Amino acid sequence: MKLKKILPQVITLLVVILIFSFFSLNAQINMATRGIDFGYGFLTQESSFDVQFSLIEYSGSDSYARAYLVGLLNTLLVSILGIIFCTILGVIVGIARLSPNYLIRTTAAWYVEFFRNIPLLLQIFFWYYAALRALPLPQEAEPMLGTFYLTIKGFYTPSLVWINLDIFIYSTIAAIVGIVFVRLYAKKLRENQGKHIPVLNISITILFILPLLTFFIGGVNVTYELPILKQLAKTSFIFEGGLSIPPELLSLVIALSLYTATFIAECVRAGIEGISKGQREAAASIGLNRKQILNLIIMPQALRIIIPPATNQYLNLTKNSSLAAAIAYPDLVLVFAGTALMQTGKAIEIVSITMLTYLTLSLLISLLMNWYNARIAIVEK
Amino acid sequence: MINFNYLNPSKNNLRLNLIIGLSLVFLSLFDVFLYSFFDINITSFLPYFVSFSLPLILGMFGLSIIRISYSGIKKLDSLNKNINTNNFNAALTLLIIFTIIKILPPVMSWMILDANISGDTKDACTGSGACWTYIKIWFKRFMYGMYPNEHIWRVNLAFIFLVVLAFVGFITPQKYKKYLTLYYIIIYPIIAYILIYYLISGGSLGLEWVETGAWGGLSLTFIVSFFSLIFCFPLGMALALGRRTNLPIIKYVSVGFIEFWRGVPLITVLFMSSVMFPMFLPQDFFMDKLVRVIIAISLFEAAYVAEVIRGGLQALPRGQYDASKSLGMGYWKMHIFVILPQALKLVIPGIANTFLALVKDTPLIFVVGLLEIIGMLQMAKTNPKWLGFAMEGYVFSAIVFFIICYAMSKYSYNLELKYKTDR
Repeated sequence: MKLKKILPQVITLLVVILIFSFFSLNAQINMATRGIDFGYGFLTQESSFDVQFSLIEYSGSDSYARAYLVGLLNTLLVSILGIIFCTILGVIVGIARLSPNYLIRTTAAWYVEFFRNIPLLLQIFFWYYAALRALPLPQEAEPMLGTFYLTIKGFYTPSLVWINLDIFIYSTIAAIVGIVFVRLYAKKLRENQGKHIPVLNISITILFILPLLTFFIGGVNVTYELPILKQLAKTSFIFEGGLSIPPELLSLVIALSLYTATFIAECVRAGIEGISKGQREAAASIGLNRKQILNLIIMPQALRIIIPPATNQYLNLTKNSSLAAAIAYPDLVLVFAGTALMQTGKAIEIVSITMLTYLTLSLLISLLMNWYNARIAIVEK
Repeated sequence: MINFNYLNPSKNNLRLNLIIGLSLVFLSLFDVFLYSFFDINITSFLPYFVSFSLPLILGMFGLSIIRISYSGIKKLDSLNKNINTNNFNAALTLLIIFTIIKILPPVMSWMILDANISGDTKDACTGSGACWTYIKIWFKRFMYGMYPNEHIWRVNLAFIFLVVLAFVGFITPQKYKKYLTLYYIIIYPIIAYILIYYLISGGSLGLEWVETGAWGGLSLTFIVSFFSLIFCFPLGMALALGRRTNLPIIKYVSVGFIEFWRGVPLITVLFMSSVMFPMFLPQDFFMDKLVRVIIAISLFEAAYVAEVIRGGLQALPRGQYDASKSLGMGYWKMHIFVILPQALKLVIPGIANTFLALVKDTPLIFVVGLLEIIGMLQMAKTNPKWLGFAMEGYVFSAIVFFIICYAMSKYSYNLELKYKTDR
């Protein structure tokens, strides 16, 4: 009986060890014959390649480690934008699928069927190579609302120029801390004395008033800078100033949001459908109004069903953002596992760093979501 | 005396309400229709904003007039119930109908009316619509990749054989039905491998050898997804069982394996298979690119399959385990005859989703230089003789993928219904 339990485990362990030692032995031999040495020293060397789009300052004279950081930040930018937009769209579509209106329901259903049955790569290619290429050249672009320009070279919006931005940020942080205290106080009041105070209204007021005050007494000021058309050569124009969003980022965010929103929509629909009608009726029968029913009864329960699968979709979106490499958006895979690998030839180091980065990101998000999920889960007695 | 109250429509003036309401709705649709199909704006004498929003105002007014509950006319009641419950819904309904009317003409003219399919060169495409000539000329490339034209019959023959052999299950006599699982899990894949090795790859039996780099197009999509699917399923099942055992080493090895593959994007896995994996193999050992890709995708998808099956295992009530143990069944007997058949039945939708994801992920093999249908599109797009037809290619492959994936999801839905047992 004892043997029956130990033998399979020993065999598994042996197989795993054998595979790993076989691989590392081969790797050592291969690297020795090709004259490659193993090590992470290359990270501090000069990278000597340029990146088209980066959130932090970067040039060819910076190190590979900084190139890695540029790629990582770009990946995070795409993921966060994608998560925000796919959540908004997904919730709308998910609710629309339950609409009493036949046309809305059917339209939403077809949207979901259509966008989730087409490979994401194809959608990214479509937006980048077909849809955004049909946009006008910078010199022919018509301004939208006088200030936005959607051109083949990207999307241009006015950028905000801040004076004393740090004071503004501190005031915002102070407002958030204040809101946390108000919520705690409200909870205490509710549990001890059964009194309700309008937490949401107070929070919104604090969030607006405090940063607004800094404009009058903190010396904070904000102006904006419009994108202006500039002629480089006879037929070559670009926009200068303002905020420019490259078409790679634009098409990537559009495709990722449209694709992932279909899955989020299904999660939302399942969540709302999962709440039985009795809950709504019971809540109404104890005298809650419509808003209270939604906020206090339906949403807390529906969120419990929605959050675990939605987290999975957010993780998928983050991992799918690596498809950016296909349209040359400088994300982690393109900058690090692409260009840096080509230049240094350090295949094992670079691929393992890239994979570990994604692994850490996934584990972090799932830890965060597990913690949140545990907080809102039903405590059964 | 007619007492017409348009704010509060009632049954009393049903006829009048219907006539006025329906004609208003008709007028608004007719206005949009004329503007969209014939570019005629019959309200151009009005100020721009009024002319622009007039159809919506008219339509909403019309719909609100015919919103009479229990009118006694079945069609009207169902109309009101489905698309016209309140003003907000009526507005959304009208907006959707307007959008459809607005989008239809340009899409129709691009896809059919102004499109070209005749001719053999780019010059045949003169219209403003789509150039289906491009698809027609490149069709073989999109289906078979760079596979030599004179040998394409080999690919076709292999696929015909495979499809025919896949239908064996439907015609086997009752006596042999119990061997079907064995056939599909072991014999069929072996036959498929032999067919592909001797027929498509060639090199023996008097057939010319075609290297895997030349394979491509939709047939490559099928080959990669078929083999990955076959390998990832048993592996995923083993991992799911491994994660649920109480033997610590096996459990943690499975958990580590699953979490690792689920945490990394497929594109880096493929990178690994192409640049890092050869470093791990003995020097004189050569493994084909296609084989490496199939192994990589199988390992990757196996982790997802494992999680889906684990969900099914967890959903089974404890009583099932206890009952089979009380019958004296061992671990394997219990799982093969009692637990897995029920668990797999429960997770059919999840497994179908994973397989769909697998099919949709195959285009990513372009990162290692294998070109299936989307990869071929990207290549065809840069051909100097056929520049500027990106849209046609994308629309074509979108339709192809949509048909495949939609059919798969509908089939899985049918399976789900077929095996649904009420407990």
